[in-house]
Amino acid sequence: MTPPSVRPLGWLQIVLLGVPCVAVIIPPLFNRIDPTLWGVPFFYWWQMLWVPLSGLFIGIAHKTWTIQNREGTR
Amino acid sequence: MNWPATVVFVCLFLFITILGFISARWRAGDLNHLHEWGLGGRRFGSWITWFLIGGDLYTAYTFVAVPALIFGAGALGFFALPYTILVYPLAFAVLPRLWVVAREHNYVTAADFIRGRFDSPWLALALALTGIVATMPYIALQLVGIQVVIGGLGFPTHGFIGDLPLLIAFGILAAYTYTSGLRAPAMIAVVKDLLIYITVLALIVVVPLKMGGFGQIFAAIPRAKVLLPAPSNGNLGMMSYYASLALGSALALMLYPHATTAVLSANGPETLRRNCVFLPAYSLMLGLIALLGYVAYAAGIARLPDLAPYFAQYKAQFALPGLLLHFFPSWFVGVGFSAVAIGALVPAAIMSIAAANLFTRNVYREFVHRTCSPERETQMAKLMSLVVKFGALLFVVFLPLNYAIQLQLLGGILILQTLPAIIAGLYSRWFDASSLLLGWAAGLAWGIWAAHATAFQKSVYAVHLGHFVVPGYIGLYALVINLVVATLSAGLLRAVGKSADNAAAVGN
Repeated sequence: MTPPSVRPLGWLQIVLLGVPCVAVIIPPLFNRIDPTLWGVPFFYWWQMLWVPLSGLFIGIAHKTWTIQNREGTR
Repeated sequence: MNWPATVVFVCLFLFITILGFISARWRAGDLNHLHEWGLGGRRFGSWITWFLIGGDLYTAYTFVAVPALIFGAGALGFFALPYTILVYPLAFAVLPRLWVVAREHNYVTAADFIRGRFDSPWLALALALTGIVATMPYIALQLVGIQVVIGGLGFPTHGFIGDLPLLIAFGILAAYTYTSGLRAPAMIAVVKDLLIYITVLALIVVVPLKMGGFGQIFAAIPRAKVLLPAPSNGNLGMMSYYASLALGSALALMLYPHATTAVLSANGPETLRRNCVFLPAYSLMLGLIALLGYVAYAAGIARLPDLAPYFAQYKAQFALPGLLLHFFPSWFVGVGFSAVAIGALVPAAIMSIAAANLFTRNVYREFVHRTCSPERETQMAKLMSLVVKFGALLFVVFLPLNYAIQLQLLGGILILQTLPAIIAGLYSRWFDASSLLLGWAAGLAWGIWAAHATAFQKSVYAVHLGHFVVPGYIGLYALVINLVVATLSAGLLRAVGKSADNAAAVGN
């Protein structure tokens, strides 16, 4: 049996991990000046915003994966 | 000569040297074993792993090159940010699995894993050599980072005297890596991060304030520089190049031997998962550092008479050191410069350890001395770490700087070609060693050809698809060729019944 620490990720986790990737890999979506934030063009602050957000999404993926695993081993 | 800065610089350097030597005794293990010397005994918890991977991936070259790219090329240079955003979701999915397999079989390198998984010393050799070749210029670039700040302190930069400070820094690095192994950079990484954070926060708060805010700064940048040019006539231009650079670099990063070394030295898969949640904190720093490139541009420091000679010598690479020199008192310049220099020593140590592990495990023990004892193996790795660093030093001293940069660019293309073997090893039963080797060779050959076509100046190749022109990162296109060749030849081998089913490493 596969030890719980290497169980593959489920669909939920793959989607959660995919969201930040999609948000920053399609430049036409964010290649704009306006709206600016504290004088910084959208292009820059949008991508910077996704740094903490990616941490959040990975964190949720981690939590949900851990919970699902615990239920699976019961 | 900038004396206050030099004194601060030398003091901080002495401090980390002492730290480097003491670290041998930290969570002491038997340093005669390769997993102790070269992986710190696989005992680093969440905090140390965070500092170590951070110290490893966000190198001095990053601090010098990223603002330089923005300073010179504008928006395109910002690809470094999406690149580091893409890394961690990918790492979260793949690396814990690699760690578990490596721990189970006492693998020290990624090539060890390939050796065990596909039972092919040749595929492992291909991976090991690719890793070593890609790492050498990377170490050389770290030394370049040191060179830039030593030049900025006002030391002479030509002839033997000019190389002397670099030689001393290098000697110190070599000595503590030799005695303490991976424990030294792990401990020094903590100091490095503190210094970097202090420096960047000071820069990002003080300088824009003095210049009237980011609105003023961006107003001074030509519009064409601030955004990527829009696609025209079916040519996706910078758009596809930007995305492919980000994706290709993210995939390449985790394949570099020094990344594997830092990852395998963690004390478990949960440590790695937690780190993927918190490592993006470094990327925030990276984004701020990138914006400093614009700050330097808007401040016009390249034209100031006292800084112009430096910009003539180091070009855009002097953007961040130049900001420090122009806006801060000398003693703080010393703090900032030592942050860059120490930020170079940490990854340089890990890189040389990683390359030494590869050589010892997958070349020396495999092909030269099969029955060597663990002591002998570790001794060999220690010696190799010296050889690798010496090679990198020769690079910096005897070759023009441009060579190192071009080779590093080529290194990224090469290292990407090891991806199919690792991913196939972890997740698939379809591939066998000979198909993967064939794919590797095809990707490598095309990648080197395409880079050569730009005279090793750029990493872009324009693919023509019907009416569309899609410029993209050569490494990523080479990877596609690699994957196609490997998949097709594996299929062909199956069709003629030459290939046995290949059980995947874990979980299948």
